[in-house]
Amino acid sequence: MPRTAKKNPVDNIFSLVTAAASFSVIILIIGILYVLVSESSLAIGRFGIWKFLSSTDWDPVKESFGALTNVYGTAFTTLLSLVIAIPVAIGIAIFVTEISPNFLKGPIGAAIELLAAIPSIIYGMWGLFTLSPIMSNHIEPFLKKIFGSVPLVGILFQGTPMGIDILTASVILSIMIIPFTASISRDSFNLTPSVVKESAYAIGATKWEVVKNVVIPYSKLGVFGGIVLSLGRALGETMAVAFVLGNNHRITTSLFDAAATITVTLANEFAEADTDIYLSSLFYLALVLFVMSFITLAIAKFFLLRAEKKYSR
Amino acid sequence: MKMFLKLAMALALVFSFAHAEAAELLNGAGATFPYPVYSAWAFDYNKVTGTRLNYQSIGSGGGIRQITERTVDFGASDAPLTPEQLGKDRLLQFPAVMGGVVPVVTIPGVKAGELKLDSNAVCNIYLGELKYWDDNRIKSLNPKVNLPHSGINVVHRSDGSGTTAIFTNYLSGVCPAWKNKVGAGTSVKWPVGIGGKGNEGVANYTKRTPNSIGYVEFAYAEQNKLSYTLLKNPAGNFVEPNFKTFEDAAATANFDPKKHFDLWLVNAPGKHAWPIAGATFILLAKEKTDSNKKVVKFFDWAFSNGDKKAKELVYVPLPKSLKDKIRAYWKANGI
Amino acid sequence: MTREQIRKTEGIIALTLSTLAAFLGLFWLVFILGDVLVHGIKALKLSLFLNDPAPPGVEGGGLRNAFVGQLLITVCATLIGVPVGVLGGTFLAEYARGRRIARLISVLSDIMVSVPSIVIGTFIYAVLVRPIGHFNGWAGAVALSIIMIPVVLRTTEDMLSLVPWTLREAAFALGAPYYKVITQVVYRGAATGILTGILLSIARVAGETAPLLFTSFNNSFFSVDMKQPVASLTVTIFQYAMGPYDNWHAQAWAAAFVITVFILLLTITGRLIIKWRYK
Repeated sequence: MPRTAKKNPVDNIFSLVTAAASFSVIILIIGILYVLVSESSLAIGRFGIWKFLSSTDWDPVKESFGALTNVYGTAFTTLLSLVIAIPVAIGIAIFVTEISPNFLKGPIGAAIELLAAIPSIIYGMWGLFTLSPIMSNHIEPFLKKIFGSVPLVGILFQGTPMGIDILTASVILSIMIIPFTASISRDSFNLTPSVVKESAYAIGATKWEVVKNVVIPYSKLGVFGGIVLSLGRALGETMAVAFVLGNNHRITTSLFDAAATITVTLANEFAEADTDIYLSSLFYLALVLFVMSFITLAIAKFFLLRAEKKYSR
Repeated sequence: MKMFLKLAMALALVFSFAHAEAAELLNGAGATFPYPVYSAWAFDYNKVTGTRLNYQSIGSGGGIRQITERTVDFGASDAPLTPEQLGKDRLLQFPAVMGGVVPVVTIPGVKAGELKLDSNAVCNIYLGELKYWDDNRIKSLNPKVNLPHSGINVVHRSDGSGTTAIFTNYLSGVCPAWKNKVGAGTSVKWPVGIGGKGNEGVANYTKRTPNSIGYVEFAYAEQNKLSYTLLKNPAGNFVEPNFKTFEDAAATANFDPKKHFDLWLVNAPGKHAWPIAGATFILLAKEKTDSNKKVVKFFDWAFSNGDKKAKELVYVPLPKSLKDKIRAYWKANGI
Repeated sequence: MTREQIRKTEGIIALTLSTLAAFLGLFWLVFILGDVLVHGIKALKLSLFLNDPAPPGVEGGGLRNAFVGQLLITVCATLIGVPVGVLGGTFLAEYARGRRIARLISVLSDIMVSVPSIVIGTFIYAVLVRPIGHFNGWAGAVALSIIMIPVVLRTTEDMLSLVPWTLREAAFALGAPYYKVITQVVYRGAATGILTGILLSIARVAGETAPLLFTSFNNSFFSVDMKQPVASLTVTIFQYAMGPYDNWHAQAWAAAFVITVFILLLTITGRLIIKWRYK
């Protein structure tokens, strides 16, 4: 704030207008929270908090609703997509920062950014028309053949591979979050001071050893923040999974089973819930999702800020 | 910044003009079961009168919800509401067209109308107790059909749906286990299967997934060239879903205006009656007299001019006597 | 194998894997875009832009209503979101610079950027659809603008912070009040940056589907009345792709093609501006 400028009435008004505009963010967050809580109060009153979160029921006929199947589906698809995405994303970041010849850095970086710009509905549609048949005809039968009879791991690969299931949804989600994780990891890698790297090379370390022992440890805060950020993104993704998840309100263990996430349940059922308690339960689900993703994103932001602080020192 | 403001004002101006000349628009939402016929009627009606009737197929549950909240001019549901429900939400109800729900299958090598099922088999498939196509309970009904030993992929609706209501009403009527475990309604807790959104979604998933079974409104099965099955009706005959068997089911119907036409058409006793027939209903908000008049005008036009189109799309038009009853019902309710 | 060889082999394997990962990323992009391109161009017809939807089974329908509706909703969202975002960012970077509140709002905006868009849809349904009594285009536009505000706000804040402080001091020295300094000096200095932010935020919301599902809903007729349901490309893609008719699928591909090209062009333009201006 410049102390030099004299206060002037127009200036006062302008500063108030800008203040109001920026406070709109806080007002929106509080507003969303308030509206979701008040709309779901009927369901909160009927099912409570713990009972709602721990119940696997989703039964519109008996008007008994619980969030667990949805939370489970959300958690399962999100975590699986992270497992697929993280190695690829970090590989991309290593390639772009350490291996790639300079003329390739631009195009690959651009490609990753374009991948992030494609709207999620396109991912979803492509998933249904292109990826799902490939999964059900080739990849899933193959996985089933290899892992289906292995003890323990086998339970993940049971049932008929239909292509409309947790695995397909997670693969699409992973393609969607790769760009986020990759670009944040790349930025963190780039921040490793070259002095540190060079001294490692000087004592005879190979390129991989530099990456493994210098770059990654140095940038782990940022990379971790990026991963949590991607997690937050994946939690709230709707359209990319709505096409291929199959909307199944049951807890299943196989990757070839259909499931339901909070987002998909909302997309499919929100405009169509016929009773008050049904709609209220859906608002309750939205509230759970809002809180879940808010906390996740706050954690991500916390790590990214810490990383920023560390590097700027 | 200034340029931006100018642009904003110019656009605001454009919108306000565009707004003034907007023609009449009626909004309806609900059942996907009659979507093909309503949208075909609306398309023709628009050509004749200029009125645009925007019907969005979001599911019967949605139709009931949106008319209850008054976010649309009319709702549509395949599940009739009871007079009590209608009274509570101040709604009016009348049937618009009839049709049938048919089980459809995608099994390599099995053609339309080849597979025969009885209510017991359908019920156990949807309960998840009958898991393979070559199960004896299916094989014994189809000695000549070559059924594969592959798991049955069950497809159902994911949204609140009147098609589901008709289907689950049928199952509850013939299968006590279903009635106890699951029950009937616009959306139920499915024991097995994947959920498609709308009749379109179920048709799509069934078409794309080998060894699957789903249930859709007959028009969807026809238009998508899905293989329907034969069903054993309460009279003990295996019947094919077609006009004759739907009409046979409808012939036994006695719609009562005093009950706002609340009636199910499943498991009709007719000798050749299709067991999963149903009418689809229009819901109106009692107090919205203005928009009701316009909606009713549309259906009045459709009743007089739309039978041919409905038949083309394999819906059963309402019999003349019922149409007269409905017109009297409109009058009696001041529309 | 000697220790030396093991170290070398490990390095080669790891680096090969990263290279593969990078090409896997490229592969997905080519695969998805190629698919949209091939299917989309095949289905692209002039009638798609000139006609309104026909009922299933009738040939010759188009998506004119959805193209116009999408444009309308996006423009309205921009008209709401951009001023609020730019002004809000101004507050953070200028009047509240360095204060704790600016920091807080900045962090909260970063979180808001990634809040599930479908939740915003449910929020708007409760606030702008049910009380008004019907689905309407404004509800969709407001939902999109809520997604836009934090994006624009954060870019504006960053871009204004990049304008050297000395520039402002020069203006203060001439006796200009702060608002004049901001609107005439600082905004001018940061204009390209802010514009880029706006372009990218439009690209972000133009492809959104989830917040429109229960706000602007859909309309099978041509309508520019924002007080009524308005068709949008994304919701139409959802409906048509999930639908069973082959010509619906074809139209969904064509719509997907148009919207993808539009968004990628916006994104590329935005990136090019950044590259040209800030590197």
